[in-house]
Amino acid sequence: MADTPIPLEVQNIKKRFGDTEVLKGLSLQAHKGDVITLIGASGSGKSTFLRCMNLLEQPNEGELFVHGEQIRFKETRHGREPADWKQVVNMRARLSMVFQSFNLWAHMTLLENVIEAPVHVLGKSRQAATEHARALLERVGLAERADYYPAQLSGGQQQRGAIARALAMDPEVMLFDEPTSALDPELVGDVLKVMRDLAEEGRTMIVVTHEMAFARDVSTQVIYLHQGQVEEAGPPAEVLGNPKSERLKQFLAPKH
Amino acid sequence: MEALMNWLEAQLADNSIFTLQTLSYYGQGLTTTVQLVFLSLIIGLVMAVPLAIGRGSKKAWLRLPIFFYCYVFRGTPLLVQLYLIYYGVVFVEGIQESWLWVILEKPFVPALIAFTLNTAAYTTEIFRGAIKATPKGEIEAARAYGMSRGLMMRRIVLPSAFRRALPAYGNEVIFMLHASAIASVVTIMDLTGAARFVYARFYAPFDAFLFVAAIYLCLTFAILYLFRYLEKRLLAHLKPASG
Repeated sequence: MADTPIPLEVQNIKKRFGDTEVLKGLSLQAHKGDVITLIGASGSGKSTFLRCMNLLEQPNEGELFVHGEQIRFKETRHGREPADWKQVVNMRARLSMVFQSFNLWAHMTLLENVIEAPVHVLGKSRQAATEHARALLERVGLAERADYYPAQLSGGQQQRGAIARALAMDPEVMLFDEPTSALDPELVGDVLKVMRDLAEEGRTMIVVTHEMAFARDVSTQVIYLHQGQVEEAGPPAEVLGNPKSERLKQFLAPKH
Repeated sequence: MEALMNWLEAQLADNSIFTLQTLSYYGQGLTTTVQLVFLSLIIGLVMAVPLAIGRGSKKAWLRLPIFFYCYVFRGTPLLVQLYLIYYGVVFVEGIQESWLWVILEKPFVPALIAFTLNTAAYTTEIFRGAIKATPKGEIEAARAYGMSRGLMMRRIVLPSAFRRALPAYGNEVIFMLHASAIASVVTIMDLTGAARFVYARFYAPFDAFLFVAAIYLCLTFAILYLFRYLEKRLLAHLKPASG
């Protein structure tokens, strides 16, 4: 197994917005089957870190390896940019992202949303993509909602649809950016259940979340970020069960 | 009902204005108006799509000329634009010897050019606003799913923007229909031209112009109906299920 490429590896990612350095050299390795959760207070840089992994944000420094392939950068007048956008497009097709606000394409039905990228980015046949999409919608409990538009679905349904859209890419790594934060409390459970199932079948996932129960039960590794740096990292039993840093203890303490 | 029919028959029996002859003028006028408006709208629409994309470009050499074009054509009266093109074209060096003169000599093509440039400018602005209003999250999702810029424009941004632009564009179509009445001042026999002719012939302003107003009303109604239908079909995705 030693020569199987690591699905995703990032090294020493630094990101500045103006004069503020929001990420101060973060690294991470996602091996196959890993479920890595990023936790931390808002403003700790966890979402920015995740968005640097598929280059929705351009890191100012640091290296990125997807499936063992290094992403090439070049320096331009506007700062550091990917040298080869084709490479980025290919890379993004291997990582699929689930957003906090779902971001389904509003003018397409749920089914059309799910088959869009497989057909037009991966070049899959419409028929094969549709079959796959129906199976995925069935799996997330939305088989009867295939022909609905996003605006006709509840937040939880939209997010489960967005997860089906992510799965349709057969991604190597799935990136979740606070997938339950925009949901009503009673809808969170359905989405988390789908995510637990995915973790159980061995999907590689990186999850930014505030759901501590999910982090504790499901993840293989928990990373606690504070002001753009890793404050504590390790298996959930250690990091969440026996936190060493004062800040993390406070962060985990029940709030009233 | 019968009384109404009798009344109508009596009205038509002793009128000397709405004869087969004058009705055929109105018929030709209707054809000309519809041709002029339809053609300028279609060509203007085709022009407006790339212009609207360019109008939102980061590159100043692309964005500024389009901005200038839209500004000039929206900032001056259509009638002035029509005069400039219709009367000005004669003074272009050598134009009367070229093959182009055959079509430019008649008023239809200069009017078509003026109308097309005018509606393209307005439509560009409508589309630009609609493109700009594309939800940021949807664009982000398109990028995250590996779409190139062109693919994203074609599959996500434009289909979404066209739907958003529909109500405003419906207004532009009605506006163009009514603005086309000024074609009659450069001797085109459009609907208004026909009405003016009938008026001059019989000195009957109410008959001539109320009749043509009724035709415009019918056309406007048809356009409204068409756009309401399109909106119902294409904007269905914005309505919640219960609505």
